[in-house]
Amino acid sequence: MGINATLIGQMITFSLFVVFTMKFVWPPISQAMAERQKKIADGLAAADKGEQALAEASRESEAALKEARTSAQDVIANANRQANDIVEKAKADARAEADRIVANAQAELDAEVAKAKAALREEISGIALAGAEKILGREVDAAAHDDLLKGLAAQV
Amino acid sequence: MAAGGESHGATDSASYYVSHHLTHLQVGEGFWTWNVDTLFWSTLLGVLMCTFMYFGARKATADVPGGVQNTVEMLMDFIGGLVKESFPGPTKFVPPFALTIFVWTFLWNCMDLIPVDLFPDLAKSVGIEYQRVVPAADMNATFSISLSVFILIIVYSIMGKGAVGYAKEWLFHPFGKWLVPFNLIINFVETLAKPVSLSLRLFGNLYAGELIFILIALLPWGVQFVPGFAWAVFHILVVTLQAFIITVLSIVYLSMAYESHDDDH
Repeated sequence: MGINATLIGQMITFSLFVVFTMKFVWPPISQAMAERQKKIADGLAAADKGEQALAEASRESEAALKEARTSAQDVIANANRQANDIVEKAKADARAEADRIVANAQAELDAEVAKAKAALREEISGIALAGAEKILGREVDAAAHDDLLKGLAAQV
Repeated sequence: MAAGGESHGATDSASYYVSHHLTHLQVGEGFWTWNVDTLFWSTLLGVLMCTFMYFGARKATADVPGGVQNTVEMLMDFIGGLVKESFPGPTKFVPPFALTIFVWTFLWNCMDLIPVDLFPDLAKSVGIEYQRVVPAADMNATFSISLSVFILIIVYSIMGKGAVGYAKEWLFHPFGKWLVPFNLIINFVETLAKPVSLSLRLFGNLYAGELIFILIALLPWGVQFVPGFAWAVFHILVVTLQAFIITVLSIVYLSMAYESHDDDH
């Protein structure tokens, strides 16, 4: 026991080990640790950012969906209205066509009636003339009584 | 140094056994005596320590660290945390310094857990008479650390407070300017007590531990393992605790040296 020169040797050894640790052990490892710390912090920040982006995206998609739903509603409403319009127009057209056909038929009918009436009138005036000839016993000058006959026919 | 042979009866052989185990392998005379075993074992352990830590540091990566790097990182985190908690000065030197103290003294202390007869017997078989393998049970080893801390206390006192501030602390603390002689005496004792207590605490604990292992080894062969096991388990605590204490106290002494006492009064 007791202090001797070993102390000096031990102090030299000790300082060598301290210098070694200070130069070759501490700096690289503490640098690696700091880098890892930064990496982890970055990773956490990125995760945060991603989460935010996800929230944003889901909000956007929600909005887009809502808009699409509204526009679809609009389209359906438009289509309904258009279909109604078309049906209405078709109905109106059909009604007009029917009216026209009826009017045509009426006009044709009227013309037929007028024609029949005219023919009838001709016939009546012929009959009247023949009757009158028989009554008078002689030929009536058709030319001389044409006016009279015509007036008679018009009265029928 | 007991020179008696093993033929001198039970007490004689026991005391011979104990003193034989407590004798260093020495060369030289007077002060210039070298404890070759202490120097050898502490240097070997130090080289082991440096190799291990260098393996961790050589391929230090910010990605997933390997086992060695992880261990060294854990130690560094632990020591770095201790330093950060108390030491206010520049952090380039003190953390690696404290780490070296911790790991080195821890390995010294661990040597106490090796069976007491193993290395002496091995040494004897190659013709070396004496062999003490626990550097921490040699005052030269423990004082080498505490004297380094002592020198650094003075260095950091001057760095932290300036030469004038340090001189003022010697003259005017703790009793003010009217009791300068007392202040000087108290500061002298306080300054010297730090390295002495620092090294004697470690030395005393490990020396006593070694001695008790030697005494246990004197017990009859069949019952040794009972106290031996109990003491070894308890000693695991002592090994770690003493390494921790000398590290923490070194850091605290350096912090106290660096901090100005004017601020906190």
